[in-house]
Amino acid sequence: MALISRGFRRRDRVEAPPERVPPGQYVTADFPVLSAGPTPRVGHEEWNFTLTTVDGTERTWSWDEMQALPSETITVDIHCVTKWSKLDTVWEGVSLDTLLAGLGQPGTFVLIRSYGGYTTNLPTADVVEGKGWVAFGYNGEPLAPEHGGPARLLVPHLYFWKSAKWVNGIEFSNSDRRGFWESYGYHDYGDPWLEQRYRGD
Amino acid sequence: MVGTAVPRRLTWLLAEVVETIDETATARSIVLHCPGWSGHLAGQHVDVRLTAEDGYQAQRSYSIATPLDSENVTITVELVDDGEVSPYLIEELRVGDRIEVRGPIGGYFVWEPDLGGPLQLIGGGSGAVPLMAMVRARVGAGSDTPVRYLGSARSVDRILYREELERLGGEIEGLSVLQTLTREHPEGWTGLTRRVDVAMLEAHAYAADEDPLCFVCGPTPFVEAVATALVALGHAAERVKTERFGPTGG
Amino acid sequence: MSTEAHVDGNVLGGMLMEMFGAEMTDRRGCCGDCGAINTMGSMHVYVDAPGDVMRCPDCSAVLLVLTRIEPVVRVNLARLAWVEMTAD
Repeated sequence: MALISRGFRRRDRVEAPPERVPPGQYVTADFPVLSAGPTPRVGHEEWNFTLTTVDGTERTWSWDEMQALPSETITVDIHCVTKWSKLDTVWEGVSLDTLLAGLGQPGTFVLIRSYGGYTTNLPTADVVEGKGWVAFGYNGEPLAPEHGGPARLLVPHLYFWKSAKWVNGIEFSNSDRRGFWESYGYHDYGDPWLEQRYRGD
Repeated sequence: MVGTAVPRRLTWLLAEVVETIDETATARSIVLHCPGWSGHLAGQHVDVRLTAEDGYQAQRSYSIATPLDSENVTITVELVDDGEVSPYLIEELRVGDRIEVRGPIGGYFVWEPDLGGPLQLIGGGSGAVPLMAMVRARVGAGSDTPVRYLGSARSVDRILYREELERLGGEIEGLSVLQTLTREHPEGWTGLTRRVDVAMLEAHAYAADEDPLCFVCGPTPFVEAVATALVALGHAAERVKTERFGPTGG
Repeated sequence: MSTEAHVDGNVLGGMLMEMFGAEMTDRRGCCGDCGAINTMGSMHVYVDAPGDVMRCPDCSAVLLVLTRIEPVVRVNLARLAWVEMTAD
């Protein structure tokens, strides 16, 4: 066991009701910025979001088209695999149910793609029925680039690496293809309440 | 390259804090006694690991500020806003405490007298730390390598090692020291007063045709800007060595 | 490349030493995507993510990814084509 450093503790612990804190997490008042690469700088004029169905059909929205869709303001808790959790975060975005409307059976898995090359994979069931959004507002402000702006995926019931920053598209498939962190040993599903951080957990 | 290529295992040692020195209002030097220390060169760093009672661990790298001094290794820690480790090392850690340390690490950003010069050192904020080790090594070895040190800080009270550098700059033949302040300067300030830029380097740094070995250290944006400027002035990229401390400076 | 919140390979010096058994920051490495050759100490490194990501300073390709999934520390080899064991 490593030497205990007298008087050292993790900073920024915030008290919270235990039933809201998944196992192994601590609550912070901060919003840490964790990045696997350079922050893409994407202007609204060039931004687009493409949905690709199982048969390869593409549907693309420009920024203005996305903004014209009905959006919602939601308050959710978020949990990062690096052990911090942040409660009652407020987001604004378009539900994936809105984007999927009228598209019929979309396929069982999704691969999320982001500007800059980041990817993550999820079951379709976990991004629909009120569980996923394309989020462009945080705390009443436009989402900042270091937090994933112009828009990120928001899937708060799973570890936050699934809420891909700088989201650019969603591809449906009937097979599960691993994304960035998943291919480096992180869990394919990522339920914080079951502490599914790593493959095999 | 330097003789750091000896393969060896890198293990965590228990180092004891034997002295602390307040450098500025936001920075402290910590002298660590590391039993079994295998030695180090100016520019190298150590990893420091802290463990909380609940098992939580945090690890950071800190440049060594002094040349080899038997088993004593001195690091200088600058307070990082919202930091987790630096507030502990600056405000809580005391003489007699022990922390885990491993090193020395670094074969790329190192200088020893055999490497010669002239030596151009450019440091932003806490980037001064490994460069100070190089200055102290040069002085301590009685080397005649010409050295120009250019430090950049937000304000005069944040300049690391100010008095010592000023004194050495005055006393040591072949060592010149310049400081520039980027945010505020006191009345009577005789140093420079803006961010390091091409014009400042043209005026005060060794020219490319003097073929200096350049070491640039500090926050990432500082290092990128200075390294780009040096290359634009004709310095060969292989003669410009960089070490980035991240956006906030370490 | 934009001025970014990255550090450089010096911060992985300890890990590289554990992996290779020698000081590696002054050893040259080659990006398998664009062919750029840089010292390991000058590669760009993004820390604090769920792992440490080393990227090519020229084209941003992921060279290797360090994950610490206790108790296993894994160096995931990505687009790092080669690294020299001797320094210049």
